[in-house]
Amino acid sequence: MTESTSIQETVQAVITTLKDKPGALLPILHGIQDALGYIPADSVPAIAQGLHLSRAEVHGVISFYHYFRDTPPGKQTVHICRAESCQAMGGKQLEQHVKDQLGIDYHETTADGQFSLEPVYCLGNCACSPAIQIGDDIYGKVSAQSFDAIINEKKELA
Amino acid sequence: MSITVYVPCDSSAVSLGADRVAAAILLEAQKRNISINLIRNGSRGLYWLEPLVEVITDAGRIAYGPVQVSDVSALFEADFLHGGAHTLALGAIEELDYLKKQQRLTFARIGKTDPISLDDYLANDGYRGLNNALKQSQADIVKAVTDSGLRGRGGAAFPTGIKWNTVLNTASEQKYIICNADEGDSGTFSDRMVMEGDPFVLIEGMTIAGLAVGANQGYIYLRVEYPHAHVALNAAIEKAYAAGYLGNDIQGSGKAFHLEVRLGAGAYICGEETSLMESLEGKRGLVRFKPPLPAISGLFGQPTVVNNVISLASVPIILDKGGDYYRDFGMGRSRGTLPLQLAGNIKQAGLVELAFGLTLRELIYDFGGGSASGRPIKAVQVGGPLGAYLPESQFDTPLDYEAFAANWTVLGHGGVVVFDDTADMAALARYNMEFCAIESCGKCTPCRIGSTRGTEVIDEIISGHEISKNIPLLRDLCNTLLNGSLCALGGMTPYPVLSALNHFPEDFGVTDTTNAT
Repeated sequence: MTESTSIQETVQAVITTLKDKPGALLPILHGIQDALGYIPADSVPAIAQGLHLSRAEVHGVISFYHYFRDTPPGKQTVHICRAESCQAMGGKQLEQHVKDQLGIDYHETTADGQFSLEPVYCLGNCACSPAIQIGDDIYGKVSAQSFDAIINEKKELA
Repeated sequence: MSITVYVPCDSSAVSLGADRVAAAILLEAQKRNISINLIRNGSRGLYWLEPLVEVITDAGRIAYGPVQVSDVSALFEADFLHGGAHTLALGAIEELDYLKKQQRLTFARIGKTDPISLDDYLANDGYRGLNNALKQSQADIVKAVTDSGLRGRGGAAFPTGIKWNTVLNTASEQKYIICNADEGDSGTFSDRMVMEGDPFVLIEGMTIAGLAVGANQGYIYLRVEYPHAHVALNAAIEKAYAAGYLGNDIQGSGKAFHLEVRLGAGAYICGEETSLMESLEGKRGLVRFKPPLPAISGLFGQPTVVNNVISLASVPIILDKGGDYYRDFGMGRSRGTLPLQLAGNIKQAGLVELAFGLTLRELIYDFGGGSASGRPIKAVQVGGPLGAYLPESQFDTPLDYEAFAANWTVLGHGGVVVFDDTADMAALARYNMEFCAIESCGKCTPCRIGSTRGTEVIDEIISGHEISKNIPLLRDLCNTLLNGSLCALGGMTPYPVLSALNHFPEDFGVTDTTNAT
């Protein structure tokens, strides 16, 4: 109860701060996801009301964009670049290694809630392929070995 | 006097450990009681040498790279702070062939300066273009851009001056400048380098665009995958406001220009200008029908300039040195320079800004040094995920919009992704179709359904099932996508798919060459 109250308060605060911007919906969705890690389904009515939109319109926007999620992510999200430059440098093998190591597929979260795995189509790190991103940290020229070292370091920090 | 040391803050350099190297250098200097002034510069774009450390010495800026944390102590022992000899020493940075052979106009400052220092920007020719623009009429600013021959660097290569002229001549109380910074093309990173390495040049270019067409509001639509660029842009915008380079009274001229960064949310299609505007308006990124042109009815229905980062970042030098200066670089109808991005399986990956006209072969061998793996180069994809794969027989194509178009290939945003002979072109073609299916906005049928059916047909071909029936089916489907799609996503996905099939039929299991056509 208190948790859901505080979520609603956070959502409302974001809406109040940003709703008067032109084209405010994306900034609001970013604001909520930055604060909570995802956009809870029960925040949709408040967003719709704040922007004078229908709930369907808000839901439609959330579901259109790959970046927005409606379920809580793991503590850290691992993004693996699937694009051509990374493929040219062994990205597919790295992708398989990461899935095996974490024991999950794309759009899934490890059982301990530690890591979520998402594909990404280019991190702009193509001169240092293959590339991954964990949180805001970007890593280049990633090998199976260096991935293991990075992920172990992240586990220790968590 | 303290010694100045540069360690890039560019996210690719950071992805290879630049932050840790910078911290290690500071710590080691402190231990040795040496006073240093450590500046986080942009990247020079010589990525195989990153993290690339530079030191100001009596002999100029001396470079060392690639530097790892474990090298730092030895570098101090070798007295790198005075240009001492070390196995990582590269000599004077400006004398390195890779840089020396380039023509850096748009990238003139990147790697030299502290990206978010306005003083550095001003000391290195910054805001000279705007100062000139403030003294000119709107029509004269547009004329300078038209005379320069600058064409849209996002990929479509539409003449920038003509677009600006349309917005200038469309009467409206409210007009907008949008910078398309949704650099989603794989194999490209020049926009990112500009935003992280010289954000003021983009701000200046957008401000000039605003003055030229009479727009007082600008938006930078930035992809969410670029968190470092986001931070750099916001820091630079704040400084530009504080110094009167943005706001209601730009440098006492009485003219206003406001600028805000808006984040995308992981949709490739939002790099398409009408989809981008829908997204900025807070909607699903569905492509709009054209006409009306955005220049007449764009963001919120108002006349809008939508330009790519590199196009806008090229405007300050044009206004500084004149349209003729810029136009004198290049060939044919491709004027000025193009920042090319060398990526994939290439030994010397990086940023190469050149006047149009060099051949692809010169770029990948003379600059790139061949493949990273040392194996033969099989194919090169130029122009992002909607660009064709070029086989060896096309490597002598000059880097020029028209020469590429004549080959049924595209130069696009200048991304160059190299594949060695281990690449499976059928698997890549399948990926290109799948990418189209994942990223399709869903508005038009050929793209929405065609991409999914295309992936299925390629799967059939790869599994060797009824190849003689499925190849014509794939070609027919590609024809529908090419001619029936609303925008370039569906309309150009056939470029990589069909070029892979045409040039590498054996990868699709096609042994009888008649089946390939």
